[in-house]
Amino acid sequence: MLIKRAPMFKASEITDPTLYVTRRKFMLGAAALALWPSGAAGAAAAPSGGQALKATRNSAFSLNEAATKFESATTYNNFYEFGVNKEDPSRLAGTLRTRPWTVRVEGHVAKPKTYDIDELIRLVPLEERVYALRCVEGWSMVIPWIGFPLASLLKRVEPTGQAKFVEFTTLLDPEQFPGQRKSFLSFSSIDWPYVEGLRMDEAMHPLALLTVGMYGQILPNQNGAPVRVVVPWKYGFKSAKSIVRIRLVGEQPKTAWEKAAPNEYGFYSNVNPSVDHPRWSQATERRIGEFLRRKTPMFNGYADQVASLYTGMDLQKNY
Amino acid sequence: MTRKARVILKTGVWIVCLLPLLFLLYWTYTGNLTANPISFITNHLGQWTFRLLLASLAMTPLRILFGMSWPVTLRRLLGLFAFSYACLHFSVWIVVDHFFNWNLMIADILKRRYITVGMSALTLLIPLAVTSTSGMVKRLGGANWRRLHRLVYVTGVLAALHFLWLAKKGRIDQYIYATILTLLLGIRIWDAIRRAVRKRRQREAVTKPALA
Repeated sequence: MLIKRAPMFKASEITDPTLYVTRRKFMLGAAALALWPSGAAGAAAAPSGGQALKATRNSAFSLNEAATKFESATTYNNFYEFGVNKEDPSRLAGTLRTRPWTVRVEGHVAKPKTYDIDELIRLVPLEERVYALRCVEGWSMVIPWIGFPLASLLKRVEPTGQAKFVEFTTLLDPEQFPGQRKSFLSFSSIDWPYVEGLRMDEAMHPLALLTVGMYGQILPNQNGAPVRVVVPWKYGFKSAKSIVRIRLVGEQPKTAWEKAAPNEYGFYSNVNPSVDHPRWSQATERRIGEFLRRKTPMFNGYADQVASLYTGMDLQKNY
Repeated sequence: MTRKARVILKTGVWIVCLLPLLFLLYWTYTGNLTANPISFITNHLGQWTFRLLLASLAMTPLRILFGMSWPVTLRRLLGLFAFSYACLHFSVWIVVDHFFNWNLMIADILKRRYITVGMSALTLLIPLAVTSTSGMVKRLGGANWRRLHRLVYVTGVLAALHFLWLAKKGRIDQYIYATILTLLLGIRIWDAIRRAVRKRRQREAVTKPALA
């Protein structure tokens, strides 16, 4: 497959200066400035404390955009295993033990194997890629991930001809994931463990990243430690976190959100501004740290690389 | 209730009702508005709108159930605060969230049923806020005024739908609010039936001897 250069955002998508100048004046005038102290600048990454992880920046696969503040990326998370609120994961993630950890790769493969996490991290040279992350809820971030192409792992186990889909399973352990506990007041919406899936060609796509770090350090627990996938042209929930099993299967897996709300979430879940979520529009998004909403580009800006995967498919139906 | 007690009570309500705004300012100062401040502020204001609306709707049931009359004197104040929070909630949505992008907002109002009902809930509160003064009560006449102000029940139901329809899976507070609203409206219905039955019995008691 021809690897094209990752898309930089078009000039038209960058906020028009006249707009934000007007906005600044407006904000001052309305004394709304008081409500806007800290959030504004999409400052560079400022990692703190985590264990450093070396990786070479792959600029061909990186956005030319400032990363979301590290603090935002690690305190504003959807990770229902810890709870439904955005601050739950960072608050509660201490209970997750990421060592020892193994990832079983199995199914329709010639060489099934259980990888120790430390073996997995050293399997292939790590690269850093700055990707846009678009949440289905209408916000987005820019995150420097560290990992290697998922395809590198899949090729090692030698998928057979029967392998049509890849299924990812997140750790099931209510001891470590309070959100998985059954309690009187929380009737959980998700049938644990969390299961996600990709079509084989999606999983083999060079953009699909098996991820073990971000912002120059090992993945914080609340971001899906010790290993997750990142599939940047799909809504964030497609990128399964804290993976313990990768299974190559013949049938399309039934994903956690498809089971929880079939009318709201489909298998593909490609970022698509023209297919609304039943309850809200997907036409725009708020980049965390920015004031104005911006237009959501098709496939989250990765159309040049991935549109060909869906040629001839009705994306309104296969949402 | 003495005048002094009433002043203390109302001052207390003012303070409680202003606290959520003070907290917003405090969190702004300490940088605790989360990574997505606009969403956080919108939710915070919306939640307090609903809480104050439920508080204002709880005053009459307190009289019905426990015979207390003082809560009813707080009804208007709570209702007006609920209206103020609703206006702030809505303004944040227009000004900060969508920055006057009318096309996007109108499309949303028409297309998203949770926004449609939310807008309707706020709209229905406007005539109630306008006619909340004592002068307006006199001008409309007590019976008309009461009839008009029953619109708040519709607002309550629309507000509950607004929250039920927008809340994401896994949350439970939307059900808690809806349950409280159901209770508060249920008590009124129960009381209305009880009074109707009593009235009929009285009428029967009056008319029976005449028949005999």
